[in-house]
Amino acid sequence: MMKHLPAYYTIWHILGYYGLRLTAYLVLGFLMLPILIIVPLSFNVEPYFSFTQGMLRLDPDAYSLRWYEAIFTDQRWTLSIRNSFFVGALAAILATVLGTIAAVGLSSPVMPAKRLITALLLSPMIVPLIIIAAGMFFFYTGFGLVGSFTGLVMAHAVLGVPFVIITVTATLTGFDRSLFHAGVSMGASPLKVFWDVVIPLIRPGVISGGLFAFVTSFDEVVVVLFLAGPEQRTIPRQMFSGLREQINPTILAVATLLIVISVALLVTLEILRRRSERLRGEAF
Amino acid sequence: MENSLSREDGRNARRELNRRRIAAFALVIPLLVFIFFAFVAPIATILYRSVYNPVVSDLIPETLAALDAAEWDRADVPPDDVLNVFSAELSLLAQERLSGRLAEEINRAIPGMSSVVRSTSRAVRRMEQDTLLSEGGQTLLDANDRWGDVAVWRALQDAGAPYTEDYYLTALDLQRAEDGGIEARDGARIYVTLYTKTLRIALIITILTLILGYPLAYFLANAPSKSANMLMVFVLLPFWTSLLVRTTAWIALLQTNGVVNSFLMSIGVINEPMEILYTQTATILAMTHILLPFMILPLYSVMKGIDPSYLRAAMSMGGRPIPAFVRIYLPMTLPGLSAGALLVFIISVGYYITPALVGGTDGQMISNIIAFHMRESNNWELAAALGSLLLAIILLLYWVYDRFVGAGNIKLG
Repeated sequence: MMKHLPAYYTIWHILGYYGLRLTAYLVLGFLMLPILIIVPLSFNVEPYFSFTQGMLRLDPDAYSLRWYEAIFTDQRWTLSIRNSFFVGALAAILATVLGTIAAVGLSSPVMPAKRLITALLLSPMIVPLIIIAAGMFFFYTGFGLVGSFTGLVMAHAVLGVPFVIITVTATLTGFDRSLFHAGVSMGASPLKVFWDVVIPLIRPGVISGGLFAFVTSFDEVVVVLFLAGPEQRTIPRQMFSGLREQINPTILAVATLLIVISVALLVTLEILRRRSERLRGEAF
Repeated sequence: MENSLSREDGRNARRELNRRRIAAFALVIPLLVFIFFAFVAPIATILYRSVYNPVVSDLIPETLAALDAAEWDRADVPPDDVLNVFSAELSLLAQERLSGRLAEEINRAIPGMSSVVRSTSRAVRRMEQDTLLSEGGQTLLDANDRWGDVAVWRALQDAGAPYTEDYYLTALDLQRAEDGGIEARDGARIYVTLYTKTLRIALIITILTLILGYPLAYFLANAPSKSANMLMVFVLLPFWTSLLVRTTAWIALLQTNGVVNSFLMSIGVINEPMEILYTQTATILAMTHILLPFMILPLYSVMKGIDPSYLRAAMSMGGRPIPAFVRIYLPMTLPGLSAGALLVFIISVGYYITPALVGGTDGQMISNIIAFHMRESNNWELAAALGSLLLAIILLLYWVYDRFVGAGNIKLG
């Protein structure tokens, strides 16, 4: 490794170089280890949150799948899994459709009050969830939306909108608007041009925005605490009460499954990012 | 030279520009309508609820009207006919099982009044309205001599005003003095202390994420791109992992019999397990872990754009590493640094879930007390006032962020 270092490096430069390397790896460890530790603990045969002697000896009898079985036999967990996917999907669709159309308008160079409107549309990301949740609880009660799927989907769509705006606007900055005008001037309706020309080019941004919106809903618990009844319990809500009431390794098993989902999402997003770069390369 | 654009052309161009403006705005309208209904209106409701509480004025409208009609001077116990009206109204409330609601509201102003209201309402419940309207005042005084205390009637009239700034006074640890002025609340300064503590915790977390994030971002930005891309996954995976999962991880790590304690005991660093879980330290540790990617990502993207030859040039010309770094490199990273620091600070000020799960009593932040007043003590108006103050802090920070960084420039990895 020493041979990479420039000749003018003094001992202090070299110490600094290795010090930085060490610090960087320690911080990466701090980021990853807490998450990695969950995975083996979820296979613990004992109902504890810590490693048993048997697990450290790698004794196969100290490991089991019982907490995974517990997820799929407990009705509360199966219901919350179904609810999470249902609410997440609907909220993501709502946020993506409205957000994509709005982002196309927002990225027009002649959009009036652009800065103010962007700040407003992104603010659900910044306003503390507790304020959003309490406000929605007050306001939605009057419309009978508390304790309903409609209310929950609306609330989660609001939280997903900023992500759709950010990702779609980012793809649109590389979009050549003359393509749109060319399509219209050749007689196609603006809607057809939007659907046949604009959408295919910004599709990676739209999909990753939708994924962000889905994950936001999938991971959200504060609004669920205030708006959902027992019928609308989601996975994070079930984990939250589990962590508060009876701590039980089923939560670790659920957590491990959620980590697997995050890895899958990360891979999907990376693929989309590369495609978006390629598409942008082709467009110019 | 002849002007090549006629007035007609100018008009057409303006018309075309206006048409495009309207078209762009029309695309945003559906989302704006949705956001106004589903988000802006709820936030406005919070602001409204923080100054508006119609509960008492709905419960005892006749009594409040009688107080006004008698032009009560608030110096002495109101005249008998007001007391009579109140006894009759209390009897009706007791029959409709609403006296508990009144008891709760009065108790907030004068602790201990809840039981007085409840016992008196039992005493008048079965009495005839006519009897009460003529001599109910004496029944009140017989049932409990607190009804002879002018302070109780003042509290009743104050609670009966539907619009009030009292919740803001409470949220700022102030109260209304007897002469109508404003004075510091007796006893502990609960909420101001909590706001200060929340801001302090948020600041500590921001500094910690900066100390941990800066060297890592620097390392990643200057590493060969192949290994940097791979190591970046270790930053993005935690970023994408559920908040609840990461909080669960910290509970597993920090428990009395958890991974950290067993490890430290097995290598002999400590003899007794440390009590870290359910303390402020746990809140700070877990939130630093959760928010670290928000610091690393903007720093990384700024550092990626800095030509490393600047620093190399400074050092190859004999500059010592630290002064060269402070004077050349650090100023160039300020945009990323301020973006990351503001984002982490804004997010941590309003955090709820992690403090609620790992913080114990000591690690609670302002959001937790708002949730407490919403869900447990049912003091919604105080929750709304505390929330509005928090919102004011956040919007101020967001405005700073938007000014210096631009809200549209938030990076998502």
